[in-house]
Amino acid sequence: MAEQNRLIARIQGVTHTYKKIHAVDDITLDIPSGLMVGLLGPDGVGKSTLMGLISGARKLQQGHLEVLGGDMASAAHRNMIGPSIAYMPQGLGKNLYAELSVEENLDFFGKLFGQSSAERRARINRLTKATGLHGFLSRPAGKLSGGMKQKLGLCCSLIHDPDLLILDEPTTGVDPLSRRQFWQLIATIRQERPSMSVLVSTAYMDEAEGFDWLVAMDAGRVLDTGTPEALKARTGAEDLETAFVRLLPKEKRGDITELVIPPLEQSEATPAIVAKGLTRRFGSFTAVDNVSFEIQAGEIFGFLGSNGCGKTTTMKMLTGLLPVSEGEAFLFGKPVDAGDLETRKRVGFMTQAFSLYGELTVAQNLKLHARLFHLTPEKTLERINTLVERFSLAEHLDALASSLPLGMRQRLSLAVAVIHEPEMLILDEPTSGVDPVARDGFWQLLVELSRQDKVTIFISTHFMNEALRCDRISLMHAGQVLVYDKPQHLVAAKGADSLEEAFIGYLEDAISEQEQKQDVHKKEKEKQGAQKQEKQQQAPLDQSALSAVAETTEEPKKAKLHRFSVSRLLAYSYREIMEVIRDPVRMGFAFLGSALLLIVIAYGISLDVENLNYAALDHDQTPASRDYLSNFEGSRYFNKQPDLHSKEALDQGLKSGDITLAVEIPPGFGRSLKKGETPEISAWIDGANTTRANTISGYVSGAHINYLSELAANAGVDASAVSKVTLEPRYRYNPTFETIYSIGPKAPAVLLLLFPAILMAVSMAREKEIGTITNFYVTPTRRLEFLIGKQLPYIGIGMVNFVTLTLLVVFLLDVPLKGSFWGLALGALLYVFTSTSFGLLVSTLTKSQVAAVFATAILLIMPTINFSGLVQPTSTMEGGGHIIGLLWPASYYMHLSVAAFTKGLGFTDLIGDILVLSLFGPILIAITAAFLKKQEA
Amino acid sequence: MKAWINIFWLGTKELRSVFSDIVMVVLILYSFSLAIYSQATATSESVNNASVAIVDEDHSTLSRAIANALYPPYFKAPELIAPNQVDQSMDLDHFMFVIEIPPQFEEDVRKGRQPSVKINIDATAVTQAALGNQYIQNIIVDEVNHFINRSDKTTPYPVTQVQRRAFNPNGTGMWFGAMNALINQISLITIILTGAALLREREHGTIEHLLVMPLNSFQIVMSKVWANGLIILVAFTLSMQLVVETILDVPISGSRVLLLSGTTLYLLAAAAIGIFLGTIARTMAQFALLMIMVIVPITMLSGGLTPVESQPEIIQPMTWLLPSRHYMSFAQAVVFRGADLSIIWPQLLIITGLGGIFFSASLALFRRSIATSH
Repeated sequence: MAEQNRLIARIQGVTHTYKKIHAVDDITLDIPSGLMVGLLGPDGVGKSTLMGLISGARKLQQGHLEVLGGDMASAAHRNMIGPSIAYMPQGLGKNLYAELSVEENLDFFGKLFGQSSAERRARINRLTKATGLHGFLSRPAGKLSGGMKQKLGLCCSLIHDPDLLILDEPTTGVDPLSRRQFWQLIATIRQERPSMSVLVSTAYMDEAEGFDWLVAMDAGRVLDTGTPEALKARTGAEDLETAFVRLLPKEKRGDITELVIPPLEQSEATPAIVAKGLTRRFGSFTAVDNVSFEIQAGEIFGFLGSNGCGKTTTMKMLTGLLPVSEGEAFLFGKPVDAGDLETRKRVGFMTQAFSLYGELTVAQNLKLHARLFHLTPEKTLERINTLVERFSLAEHLDALASSLPLGMRQRLSLAVAVIHEPEMLILDEPTSGVDPVARDGFWQLLVELSRQDKVTIFISTHFMNEALRCDRISLMHAGQVLVYDKPQHLVAAKGADSLEEAFIGYLEDAISEQEQKQDVHKKEKEKQGAQKQEKQQQAPLDQSALSAVAETTEEPKKAKLHRFSVSRLLAYSYREIMEVIRDPVRMGFAFLGSALLLIVIAYGISLDVENLNYAALDHDQTPASRDYLSNFEGSRYFNKQPDLHSKEALDQGLKSGDITLAVEIPPGFGRSLKKGETPEISAWIDGANTTRANTISGYVSGAHINYLSELAANAGVDASAVSKVTLEPRYRYNPTFETIYSIGPKAPAVLLLLFPAILMAVSMAREKEIGTITNFYVTPTRRLEFLIGKQLPYIGIGMVNFVTLTLLVVFLLDVPLKGSFWGLALGALLYVFTSTSFGLLVSTLTKSQVAAVFATAILLIMPTINFSGLVQPTSTMEGGGHIIGLLWPASYYMHLSVAAFTKGLGFTDLIGDILVLSLFGPILIAITAAFLKKQEA
Repeated sequence: MKAWINIFWLGTKELRSVFSDIVMVVLILYSFSLAIYSQATATSESVNNASVAIVDEDHSTLSRAIANALYPPYFKAPELIAPNQVDQSMDLDHFMFVIEIPPQFEEDVRKGRQPSVKINIDATAVTQAALGNQYIQNIIVDEVNHFINRSDKTTPYPVTQVQRRAFNPNGTGMWFGAMNALINQISLITIILTGAALLREREHGTIEHLLVMPLNSFQIVMSKVWANGLIILVAFTLSMQLVVETILDVPISGSRVLLLSGTTLYLLAAAAIGIFLGTIARTMAQFALLMIMVIVPITMLSGGLTPVESQPEIIQPMTWLLPSRHYMSFAQAVVFRGADLSIIWPQLLIITGLGGIFFSASLALFRRSIATSH
């Protein structure tokens, strides 16, 4: 594979569109192999899309793309070369499973490539030793620092010895020391395996200096290609950043004039921000540790550090968003108080992520914020006009904020943050992912605000060149401020060439200092552990260990990899089980939730109409009338209320719902009865609830007939002789006629459908939203392996639930299981298979977690409760409800469950329902597999 | 005053957010139209199309007359089966009722020997079994009387009883079903909408943005409650007018203004529950699971499915805490019984009280959760 002249990718006229936006716009490009190729450009220029296409994770829309000598439009070719490509998507630990440990993550990837357990162990051992992760094998990936996550991501990518390694912005948001180590690691690996090509994208121009060949991109197009030297020579620039800007089309280049920052006028005013020993803990984790600094009014103060080092937490404490665990903070000389709305009017804040309302237009966003700050209408107009002009937002006023390019959004965010003319601005990484030109423009605005309007600016960033523009900066690492001073002083103090080197120097100091402390204070066990790990993380590369990786024993049988593999399926199951076990919330709902709801449903639905409130309106008040009314007393059905005295009271009682039945005896009832005039008694029934009214009607008739036969008996007539026929009703299966024997067995049907389906949908939708589904796209996993592998654990949870619910029904609700347990269990298995398949289908068709979860819940609840025969048998329904009931699996499971519990039927009599239930799952899975794409759109 | 202006403007933003979320809009439209229509029409009558079989060992005019008297819509046309098929056919659920008419039935009736007719009832469908049994008994007695007297004249009884159905004289089941469906939908959608509004804000990070502005948590929560409440109120009104009154033809006896005011109060209580859940849930997935845990009791125990007085005594006091229970009895009273304020004020008071409690609790929790959020 090591022919230098071959191409890794041949791109011809490739265009990729998302909702009318050309992410990649008619690109034609040949990428040479055996090199370290860099894609260069800010966020949103199409780098990630292009990498996704080359890796096969994204579906080719238009154009022709050959990768590793074959057409990527062909599924057969993708299957064949899939195992030769490794793809690490953008975002820290994006393709890692946060709940799984380092070792489990690596093991999972090894399994996907069909490696034996011995081979996996050997590879994991070598890779982790080479990257310094060996000491953290059991630590969950979610708890690693950014740099370590990226190293783990790299290890996962390298576990199958790929020929092409695709890394999408692997170092964004990582501290400079880890970044340097990461590139050293890549360089060493390439030395060992020169045949391997690396395709990498980055937004840091300085990193790109070390690459072999560059592709500079902008707006979905290629600006230029060549070695870094060639690019610089062509543009006559000294560094790549300038070269890149000069490659941009003219109208985008903006103001080429260097950004000049007028010197800060020293002021003696109260410091704008004072932090004294600020500390913030989350549980046992100390996010910010004893941080102190002072920021002068009008100063631009920079916070420099990697992701997760505590910058954001510190800023949140200063704004009162987070209470401090220890220490004090002062704004304008006043202690920070979360409830103090007045101070907030003096501060403008811009959070890390884009935090405006994407669904509002630019003008609406500005107006909303002006209103929330209670600017007068005239003032609002004036401010908006000024800001729109100053920030060049005029042409975008009516565009939705979410549709703006990143640089424009950041400008809008800043405009919103200063709409009320604050004295201080707190900006949390405002320029992440913004292209260099837009960044310069943004800084121009900041400088104006600072120097002209005397606004104090507190800004965090991980760009070194931005830090250089600040009046003073503080370097942060692992929750601590290492040092703060003027950037030039910091560089000078370390005797370094650049701020980056100075920062690395300070980092190394901090680490060795920690090590020394560790030797001295052996008692501080907890800290010690953390520091030791720190040390190992930063340990120099173990060259010999790494070379061992290259000597990997045998060439994996890549050809066989795309066949259906049970072990790969089980790898997914195992991983899913680990994830569920480590998420107590999901576990809790899975087991406790359904048990709790069983009790609510089983006890809550009672069809036994009892304790009806009734009252009498006795116009007669004779022994005869009392005799009639006595029929209603002392029964469990009727509950006597005080007598009524007027027709109005009767109406009122029925209206208010105090009574549901009123018996009205006409005046002169006793007399008429004696005379044989056939007096008429009126029974008023509350007809609002029709089912109940029907039942009451039956009771009332019964009581009347009872009266009549007593009357006859008293008159000396044998009542039984009057009737011509004896009726013998036999209540089969439920002789005591209690609802619980019907609802008890049916309630689990509701829960065994809802819970497994929702848990399944959540799991799948999460994978899509977090991005780990990429692993399904870029590994040789087949659809059914993925679907069924993910499904098995939830079927297991469902079956555990089934057993729990059955026990509850038998022992708590006292409904004996008279029929075949195994028949019921088999039915339950098929039913749970159905419900999890339903969850998979819905989450495959929907885009977000929210949509998946709500669609699953809403689609399931109504038919299951209303149309499946829970209260009313499906056969007695009409119209759409009847049809839904017939097609709904819950109908059959409820039927089966009642048959097994209450009717006491044996296995053979249950087969009918079991057969029907066995159809749903496979059909749903087949539809899901048809809709599940092996590539992203 | 300034606070209310903030609440107003924030609320308008909320309205825009909901309308730009297609999934939510479709969900609301479906829930207040199709969902209500299909629920109301599906469960029309208590006994409908019940399957009956007859074991006729008599083959007489009378036995055939009984068979012919069982007809739709209550019963399907009865099937004739052999005596040995009774058990199995009932086991397999082919019939809900099996009537066994003994040999020489007609003769025995004529001779006054009081022959007995067995009615086998599948008692696993409780309500239908009880009502169907009554109907069948009445039919048999009527047919026997008719046969004996050769006329429709019934034996005169010393006293007659007339049953009058108040509020729904014809016993149209759809009326109740429609109201029930509508009430359950409001609970469900209000909770989803407000809870999701809060979580969306949290997931997009905009909640912090709001908190650094001169706004307090009361204003943030209140704006969500009114905006989402208004959407549901409009949806409720339209659904009431178009689906329930016009299409399903359900008469509303009480005052519409009263119904809407009560609904507004209930919406506030339900929205407070939504906020409460949205505050404890960290992710949408957790919210969905929590919501299921809450919505099932809210709809099952409200008294729509089972009247509260028929629920087990352990559960009854707990249902008192559910605003849906009080709203259900309020809405039934106004819609069906034409009750006015003098009758249903206690329910309104309880709904308001519970709403107030939930609202304060969720507000307190919301404040706390923001303080500890990562």
